[in-house]
Amino acid sequence: MIQNSPALVPLLLLAAAISIPVLAIKKTSVAYLVAAAASFCSVTISAYNMFHVWKSGPLTYHFGGWIPPIGIEYVLDSLSAFVALVVNVVAFIVLCHAGGLKGREIPGKSVPYYSLVLLFLCGANGIIMTGDLFNLYVFLEIFALAGYGLIGIGEKQAPVAAFRYLIMGTVGASFYLLGLGFLYIVTGSLNMADVRNILPLVQGNPAIAAALSLMVIGMGIKMAIFPLHGWLPDAYTYAPSTTSALVAPIGTKVAAYVIIRLLFFVFDVKFVSHTLPITDLIGWLAAIGILFGSVMAMAQNEMKRMLAYSSVAQIGYIGLGIGMANPLGYIGAVLHILNHAFMKGALFLVAANLRKNAGHSDISKLDASYRKKLPWSMAAFTLAALSMIGLPPTAGFFSKWYLALGAIDKGNWVFLGVILLSSLLNAVYFFRILEKVYLAPPPVQGPGEALSPKEKKGPIAEEEYSLMIPAVVLSFSLLLLGLWNANIVKGIIQRIIPLGM
Amino acid sequence: MIDFFLGHYAYWGIITLLIIGLYGMIFKKNLAKKLIGMTIFQVAIIMFYVASAVKWSATVPVLDPLAGAADAAKYISPLQHCLMLTAIVVGVATSGVAFSLVIAIYRRYKTLDESILLERMKSS
Repeated sequence: MIQNSPALVPLLLLAAAISIPVLAIKKTSVAYLVAAAASFCSVTISAYNMFHVWKSGPLTYHFGGWIPPIGIEYVLDSLSAFVALVVNVVAFIVLCHAGGLKGREIPGKSVPYYSLVLLFLCGANGIIMTGDLFNLYVFLEIFALAGYGLIGIGEKQAPVAAFRYLIMGTVGASFYLLGLGFLYIVTGSLNMADVRNILPLVQGNPAIAAALSLMVIGMGIKMAIFPLHGWLPDAYTYAPSTTSALVAPIGTKVAAYVIIRLLFFVFDVKFVSHTLPITDLIGWLAAIGILFGSVMAMAQNEMKRMLAYSSVAQIGYIGLGIGMANPLGYIGAVLHILNHAFMKGALFLVAANLRKNAGHSDISKLDASYRKKLPWSMAAFTLAALSMIGLPPTAGFFSKWYLALGAIDKGNWVFLGVILLSSLLNAVYFFRILEKVYLAPPPVQGPGEALSPKEKKGPIAEEEYSLMIPAVVLSFSLLLLGLWNANIVKGIIQRIIPLGM
Repeated sequence: MIDFFLGHYAYWGIITLLIIGLYGMIFKKNLAKKLIGMTIFQVAIIMFYVASAVKWSATVPVLDPLAGAADAAKYISPLQHCLMLTAIVVGVATSGVAFSLVIAIYRRYKTLDESILLERMKSS
């Protein structure tokens, strides 16, 4: 069982995705059940994998019994097992929430929708676990194509946003493929571990530099690192709520994981930070992106759009950690993949609850009545917002703490300043909402008093447990993640600090 | 100098195709033309891989009794072609998704021209 388990998650998700249209032929509600069950199984298996990797070291799986440099290999080490577990857990909680929405935003399309969700997760798991660079490209495209579909199902403007994402995403994947072509011509191998062994022998070849730059630019588009983020805000805003809550925590993180894997585990740390200082470039672009995303988020009135710009900023933190290329920055980046997945998931779920119960997610329309009608959703929002700002003991504080330590360690005071300044900016755009909901006086309503225009818009529906619980679970787990962060860092992330950092 | 250009003529052709593709995607206003640019871009990369597999005075990677099995230098590397079969399939799938999105856009906005589309998106 255990030697087959790395391949199990992507194959299970793929099989379930294909079988959904058949199983749901009579009754469309079956689609959701199959998707939730498959997602639950993938959580269980990846938790088991994580436990096994934690206890007895990396796992590998060779497809078709072919030995690695020739065959395709799946590798589960501390990093990939950890990211896979994070992705699957967040996806499962978001799918639980989707059950509460009952396909409200995707009328009549739930069968293809849940099939695409599983394909999306299959792609994400494949990207994370594969040890083969070309296999990564194939899963990247499965992941991206499912993502375009998931976004395009949304509002009226959604196909336009999805089309823009498709053009940019395809260019990104094509750049990756082109870079991989260079790398393959020079090294003659596609296996990550094998390429890593061959690369020192061909270090002086200029094609290596071209390969690395093209692959990093390609993945940078997918990751939405600062000047390449153009597709992100529209795509997240117009997508259905479930898609936003699924793509925002998972989509960009997976690309960030690929960049970490490429720079530090395929290429050499010294090569990417000294010979061809691409990590510096990523770091500085990320620093600009953090400030840009935070300032743009302050200017938005739509909550989903604000969260989308805030994603651009938060992706910047991961880029900043990659850019430092030292152990503390690396820990910060990987920890932030985990924390941001939970925070953004929780925030987008609250935005979904607002849209469901109040019919909008417009920040200017929020007032004190929301804390009465949606107490748990707003509590979840508050906790996730505090974590985004980085208040201890929430999880967000600790990843920023490691990033700040990394910046000090590197002696880069600009990065430190950016981290501190962006925390303030985060506070500005989140407290704007918290102030409206919690600090404004509750609407007093005498018997003869005329209703203000806000109240005339109709009452806000009461919270439903099925919608409230997933958001609350995600955001309260931020407290637990914050308290356990030392265990996570020591037990999982520190085990696989890239060589030479 | 001339050798440099003639010796790499395949790569010059591929670079031209890549630039045409990028030009189409960035500067063409019509969404369908953008897609054509995207396809050209993808095809250029496929040609790049295929060009990298070219080997003079070698044969297709099928066992030839005359050439013998032992000498790998007499056969073209089949791997690039196999990879590109996958990439072609991926490209077809991408075009399929892209065209379905284009159809969805046309049904909702009755135009494929980007500037008119942006205006109609704002007004709606």
